[in-house]
Amino acid sequence: MTEIQTYTMNFGPQHPAAHGVLRLILELDGEVIHKADPHIGLLHRATEKLAESKPYSQSIGYMDRLDYVSMMCNEHGYVLAIEKLLGITVPIRAQYIRVMFDEITRILNHLMWLGAHGLDIGAMTIFLYCFREREDLMDCYEAVSGTRMHATYYRPGGVYRDLPDSMPKYQQSKFRSKKEIDRMNANRNGSLLDFIEAFTDKFPACVDEYETLLTDNRIWKQRTVNIGVVTPDRAMQLGFSGPMLRGSGVEWDLRKKQPYEVYDQMDFDIPVGTNGDCYDRYLVRVEEMRQSNRIVRQCINWLRNHPGPVMLDDYKVVAPKRIEMKDDMESLIHHFKLFTEGYCVPEGESYAAIEHPKGEFGVYIISDGANKPFRVKIRAAGFAHLAAMSEMVEGHMLADVVAVIGTQDIVFGEVDR
Amino acid sequence: MSDIVDYGSGMWNSLPPLVQYVTIVTWKVLFVVIVVMLTVAFSTYFERKVIGSMQARIGPNRVGPLGLGQPFADVLKLLIKEVVIPSRSSKFLFVIAPLLTLTPALAAWAVIPLNDWYVVANINAGLLYVLALTSVGVYGVILAGWATNSTYAFIGAMRIGAQIVSYEIAMGFALVGVLMAAGSLNLGDIVRAQAGGFSHWFLVPLLPLFFVFWISGVAETHRAPFDVAEGESEIVAGFHVEYSGVAFALFFLAEYANMLLVSALTAIFFLGGWASPFEGWLFLDNIAGLAWLREGSFFWLAGKICFFMYTFFWLRATFPRYRYDQIMRLGWKVFIPITIIWIAVEGVMAWLQVGPWAELEIV
Repeated sequence: MTEIQTYTMNFGPQHPAAHGVLRLILELDGEVIHKADPHIGLLHRATEKLAESKPYSQSIGYMDRLDYVSMMCNEHGYVLAIEKLLGITVPIRAQYIRVMFDEITRILNHLMWLGAHGLDIGAMTIFLYCFREREDLMDCYEAVSGTRMHATYYRPGGVYRDLPDSMPKYQQSKFRSKKEIDRMNANRNGSLLDFIEAFTDKFPACVDEYETLLTDNRIWKQRTVNIGVVTPDRAMQLGFSGPMLRGSGVEWDLRKKQPYEVYDQMDFDIPVGTNGDCYDRYLVRVEEMRQSNRIVRQCINWLRNHPGPVMLDDYKVVAPKRIEMKDDMESLIHHFKLFTEGYCVPEGESYAAIEHPKGEFGVYIISDGANKPFRVKIRAAGFAHLAAMSEMVEGHMLADVVAVIGTQDIVFGEVDR
Repeated sequence: MSDIVDYGSGMWNSLPPLVQYVTIVTWKVLFVVIVVMLTVAFSTYFERKVIGSMQARIGPNRVGPLGLGQPFADVLKLLIKEVVIPSRSSKFLFVIAPLLTLTPALAAWAVIPLNDWYVVANINAGLLYVLALTSVGVYGVILAGWATNSTYAFIGAMRIGAQIVSYEIAMGFALVGVLMAAGSLNLGDIVRAQAGGFSHWFLVPLLPLFFVFWISGVAETHRAPFDVAEGESEIVAGFHVEYSGVAFALFFLAEYANMLLVSALTAIFFLGGWASPFEGWLFLDNIAGLAWLREGSFFWLAGKICFFMYTFFWLRATFPRYRYDQIMRLGWKVFIPITIIWIAVEGVMAWLQVGPWAELEIV
């Protein structure tokens, strides 16, 4: 009798479930996985090196493009590290705005994850439902920064500008009737805060709707329960963070454990799983969306009642206002200096980490006192998660690989950097 | 005028009977094939509209009024695309595989009675013929996956082979129940055995078998949630991963023709085929213009097929995909036991003349 051999299969980088450019070399025995070997680097853009070749504030835009589904959170990590080195504290209103947009970003990210995870496991409808809600959040991004995705909204010293008092509206065209336009503009008549509030009012019902499709669905449970189990100890050894760690039952959330900005003022809960399987991680992320919604509402309440500056008043770091620049010599000089040379950061090193939707996102900067960083190192949560791929899928079937890729919530912009 | 008619019928009568027969059958076959093809084309449109409305979007609405030209645009696109044959494939098998899939899917329609009198081949072993042809269809798919010489296609082919063979058994057992109830293998006779309105349909005494048959039918056509053979997110497109253009279109046609076939079969076996659900409502005769509702006609069969097609799409929009081993478990450990038990229940109940089983003419 001939010996049965395993065969290898190339999964990706061009594959509908590869979440970008993941390339897995799978060693299969029939349908059962013996080994999964992830190959990375296909989306390497040398972000760290690029950041080292430019003045500090010019690299914020690169951070958006790391994890391109949770843009502002990436900026937040980078901006916090610079602020730590500079030793500045941003105005309180800017801190609230940052927290609010961090949570909006978390919802954005988790919606994208839920849709993609559902699609991977074959539930098609959930994807479109998630994208329907995502659209509103994209509009928030656009209203505040001018772009739907790569916002470059957080700056060292605060945020680029205050929240707008009006939302852009849809206009009538030959394709859309007056009635339709009125319906679409219903929430857009007030300020951005009104728009976000209207969203937070309806969003819990939307999450309920997603859950009716998946949470008690027998097939969904069969596909996720006991798939990719990671014990709490092993999860810590592997360097997991974020929902991957909490799904295994470890209550670790930087927003509670090492509060930054105004997270210590916020009232929210950390959901944790019990089994550490794909289903638990699904439940954790769905609950996180509800908690984020709570935080956003608290921020809205505070922001409504506390107007104030959103940018530091220190022209050595922050560009002066355009109006001042027109009739004030000193402002003009500051402006010129900031947009040519940038600012020099005192010698030293700093590490700032935030609770990114995918886990701990950290930026480590070494400054030699020049106007650009000597070294930037980005700690991406997805990198550590991907490293556990082989361990998580071993002994499972081919279809489970897809479920595990989905549950890890990998984005290659972040892993490959 | 009557001269021309006389001349025509004279010509016709002068032909040998064999030629007459072949001509009539050819026209009947052509009619059925064209109707099936057109239905397939528009069921893609129907599917996209139905799923679109379930997913909070619009669906095709650009080509022609209401987007009704979309199926033809799709066909045209597929026709003018190049058929790429992978250099490492087995070329002959690669090319004939789509034909081997489509032909049985269309041939099975030969025994489907569209109404009381329209059936291409009124054979007594109709049910066996249908079972045989639906099994043959799997060869095309397996050959396609094998001939492509790609791991993805190969895995898809293996999955589909195992899946279809497994569900064939559950389907066969469910049909044993129908066979016992109708006492005939002729599809027309099976429908006639259900005459008498809704309460006489086999749906009532054979409810579990109906569900097993219908779900097995979904699995048989490898549609969601049983679409592991082409599971997009796992093995890209499974057995037809390397097919393009017309070759792909043939697989597509076969899949939809099979869906229609399974819908039609379910309607015939359990929902009285062309029979009207209101057959027993005698008062309809007294209301002007409603008497036709009592008549069995193609209209009712088409309505039932549409309902089942809708259910196909509904399932697709709702459920995640099963894993391959879970499909096997469902087939072998759930459906086959259910069918076997219900055949026994049916036999005993009919023998004891209980409830709805009393009417079955079990011999």
